[in-house]
Amino acid sequence: MENAHPQGKCKFSIMVLSSLRRLLPWLAPAVFLGLFFFIPLARILALGLDFSFLSGFTQWKVPISSVFLPRVFNVLGFTFTQAALSTLLTLVLGLPLAYLFARFEFPSKAIFRALTAIPFMLPTVVVAAGFTALLGPRGWINLALMAVLRLDQPPVVFVGTLTAILVAHVFYNATIVIRIVGNAWAGMEPRLQDAARTLGASPFKTLLHITLPLLRPAIFAASLLVFLFDFTSYGVILLLGGPRFATLEVEVYIQALQMLNLPAASLLSVVQLLCTLGFSAIYSRYISSVTAVIRPRAAWQNAQKPRGLRQRIVVTGLLLVLVSFFLLPLLALPLRSISRLEADRASTVVSAPGLTLDFYRELFINRRDSIFYVPPFLALRNSLAYAGVTVCLSMLLGFPAAAALARPGKLEKWLDPLLMLPLGASSVTLGLGYLLTFNHTLLPPGWLPESVNLNLLTSPVLVPLAHTTIALPFVIRSLQAALAQIPERYHEAAAVLGASRLQIWLNVVWPIISRPAIAAGAFAFTISLGEFGAASLLVRPDYPTLPTAIYRFLSQPGALNYGQAMSMATILMLVCGLGILVIEGLRLPGTGDF
Amino acid sequence: MKRILFTILLASLLLSTGCAPAVTGIQSIQPTQAVASAPTAFAPSTQAPSGDTPLPTDTSEASTPSAVQPGQATRTLTVMTHDSFAASEGVIQEFEKANNVKVNFVKSGDAGAALNKAILTKDAPIADVFYGVDNTFLSRALNADIYEAYASPLADQIPDEFKLDLKNRALPVDYGDVCINYSKAFFAKNALAVPASLDDLIKPDYKGMLVVENPATSSPGLAFLLATIQKYGDPGYLDYWKALKANGVVVVDGWETAYYTNFSASTGKGPQPMVVSYNSSPAAEVAFATTQLSDTPVGSISAPGTCFRQIEFVGILKGTKNMVLAQKFVDFMLDVPFQEGMPLSMFVYPTNPKAALPDVFTQYSKPAPQPATVPADLDTKRDAWIEAWTQAVLH
Repeated sequence: MENAHPQGKCKFSIMVLSSLRRLLPWLAPAVFLGLFFFIPLARILALGLDFSFLSGFTQWKVPISSVFLPRVFNVLGFTFTQAALSTLLTLVLGLPLAYLFARFEFPSKAIFRALTAIPFMLPTVVVAAGFTALLGPRGWINLALMAVLRLDQPPVVFVGTLTAILVAHVFYNATIVIRIVGNAWAGMEPRLQDAARTLGASPFKTLLHITLPLLRPAIFAASLLVFLFDFTSYGVILLLGGPRFATLEVEVYIQALQMLNLPAASLLSVVQLLCTLGFSAIYSRYISSVTAVIRPRAAWQNAQKPRGLRQRIVVTGLLLVLVSFFLLPLLALPLRSISRLEADRASTVVSAPGLTLDFYRELFINRRDSIFYVPPFLALRNSLAYAGVTVCLSMLLGFPAAAALARPGKLEKWLDPLLMLPLGASSVTLGLGYLLTFNHTLLPPGWLPESVNLNLLTSPVLVPLAHTTIALPFVIRSLQAALAQIPERYHEAAAVLGASRLQIWLNVVWPIISRPAIAAGAFAFTISLGEFGAASLLVRPDYPTLPTAIYRFLSQPGALNYGQAMSMATILMLVCGLGILVIEGLRLPGTGDF
Repeated sequence: MKRILFTILLASLLLSTGCAPAVTGIQSIQPTQAVASAPTAFAPSTQAPSGDTPLPTDTSEASTPSAVQPGQATRTLTVMTHDSFAASEGVIQEFEKANNVKVNFVKSGDAGAALNKAILTKDAPIADVFYGVDNTFLSRALNADIYEAYASPLADQIPDEFKLDLKNRALPVDYGDVCINYSKAFFAKNALAVPASLDDLIKPDYKGMLVVENPATSSPGLAFLLATIQKYGDPGYLDYWKALKANGVVVVDGWETAYYTNFSASTGKGPQPMVVSYNSSPAAEVAFATTQLSDTPVGSISAPGTCFRQIEFVGILKGTKNMVLAQKFVDFMLDVPFQEGMPLSMFVYPTNPKAALPDVFTQYSKPAPQPATVPADLDTKRDAWIEAWTQAVLH
């Protein structure tokens, strides 16, 4: 009995210590998300959330409950349907392409892979312009069909349909599936499949009973991310779907920024947040029941050159699909940026249509002496700097959290769904929250010299911070799926052999997760490069990014402005493609020596 | 092992390059920015060679006063505005030089969004001056009580027809007419008469030829809706819109899509030869053409009642700590140099009649003779009208 007390104390302190150790990896991401996500969100919801408006009339004297609630259900229904359809279609295209990248070596593989990532970071205005140039009423396909079939009316109706929304969503998000599932596939132990084949299973049976079940965590992780992106979609719906379609996010935008009906906007945001939380909770529940730990392999061992006629046909076919789906809409933009269409427009015009580099030349000239003129290199530098900071920050914050999530305890099961919230939050609401929260210096006046600017709203630091909140869920999810694959006994074996923690990490963990980690970095990079909302929120115009520059050109009429917007977009595409090649090139020097 | 070192090196490199501009951003700010872009800003070709313009020309002079010693805090005036705001650097520098102040513009979304952000932050305003509320949203701004009254001495020069707030809280800076624009080439080629009234637009001759903006998300869209409400009344406008819908009117979310994607006379070469845009678009097409145009490809219908006159206002935000400077800036916006710059930077008309119009405006655009104006009950009915319109046209 006398011993019991100290023993209990010891047990208790061990428990405290171990729970502290469990909490530690969460400290940085929690503080970060708290400051830059939960507090701004709470501020705006506290201001707006007021359910009493449902029981009466708004300040605009419109009876609310009878009009508003059915509309919420309608919008919710459409939001859900289009997101589910989009996710399904993204898997249909993404899984075969993931297989292609995981299992085969072919020339220019890195370039093809980078190509699939470019749409992910293009501003929606630019993507809409690309699709319109290709599939619009006067797009190439319609013009060609009209010429060949001698039609008066364009046969393909694309813009303003549900199809346009779905296609654009697949175009945007296929890269998520290709990367997350592709990496898992590439790192998969091939002997299980070999064994199944040896035992007489058909390739289809092997796929169904061995490969797909093993890929399930990656497929779920990718699907959840894709679904959330589609669920909160906004620009694509407005620009390609037209005003007949409205998702929750579109309604939030209309209610908050056009009608100034904050209670309605807040209510809709909360609905959206709850849905996100629900999806994430279902996901983490499910994922913990399916994660299978197997011996991971270095990726290079699995990819081979296509052998035999059948494999060659498969690879060529998939590459053709990839090129026609990704390259055609993307090519439309650079083409527009170097063509002059003026002569078709008015009979009075002297010059002939043709190719021109004028739009690029004009980018460097501030013709109107405009105070908002953006020199292209300045925009490029800012964009790259923001992207660099975003990659570093989200990796630094994401690694510890992902490591903790990979071996989930009770705490992790609770925290897990919360981490996905930034993806599901309405960007309009969050933007207003930032306005309310960061419009003060963080410290009382007099604590710091005047030259130090702690008012985040006027500081360019806010942009990469905001980008990191969006990128973090991505980074954590991709890393978590990879870390979960590593069997615990690897750590144990290394530790028994006398390896230090650092040595284990460098020699065991990193080689296995280097590829997903680099993919995560590439995600953070593209998210930051293409993001427009946070950059436009910033209360200083001195630090424009490439997307802000594109929007500035597009908001004024005239062929010159449009051409310059397209050439800026082309520059953005090239930078993104090169950036991804560089990031992914990091692993190239000797992936084999591990 | 080597590769890890390489990765870490690269990561730290990325971090350091990434942080560099951010760090300069934290420290005191503007001068380098303003000076660095100044020489490129005044390309000789854009300036009249005679040099009689007192404005920018001499960049070296302009840069000296703004090159403030490090550590010395410069005064800043923050002006909140919408995304379409534009001004010439020379004109703004003139104000900055005269008042030893740095003017910082905060673009906060389209006209409606910018106003709503100003209202939401009115307890701790993020700016000193708010420019860009138009007559369709003015009542919302006045009801929310975001402005300080200021009887600018320059307001006397401005005709009374533009002054909608008698307490001088919002002062009229510019105006523009939202009109139906058309492709000259299309109507000439098809030997079709250009519509001369709103009634004409529902004739079968013009089936599927018009693209408009959603009034819930676009300010020209709302302006055109108001023109139809003035003409046909409430609820008569709904019948008119149903007829327009039957005649194949196309609705898109905003001006960019309407003009660049759907309109056939713009670079998008879209399917509709008529678009709701501004009466200044014909002039803008010439000014922003890729080649020298001898005529504008776009025409603007200005028949009585078909256009809506938008007037934009400036006001001083309550709670400003820079009252004197803010008042000076309001004066500056109403004064001739700024007013003369507006047509070519924002494609709007100056409210100050002393301001001369540029050639491209007098040649290719003119104000609508009898535009529609704000309906009396706009403030109470705006959202209900939009809602009813949404039900009738979109659903």
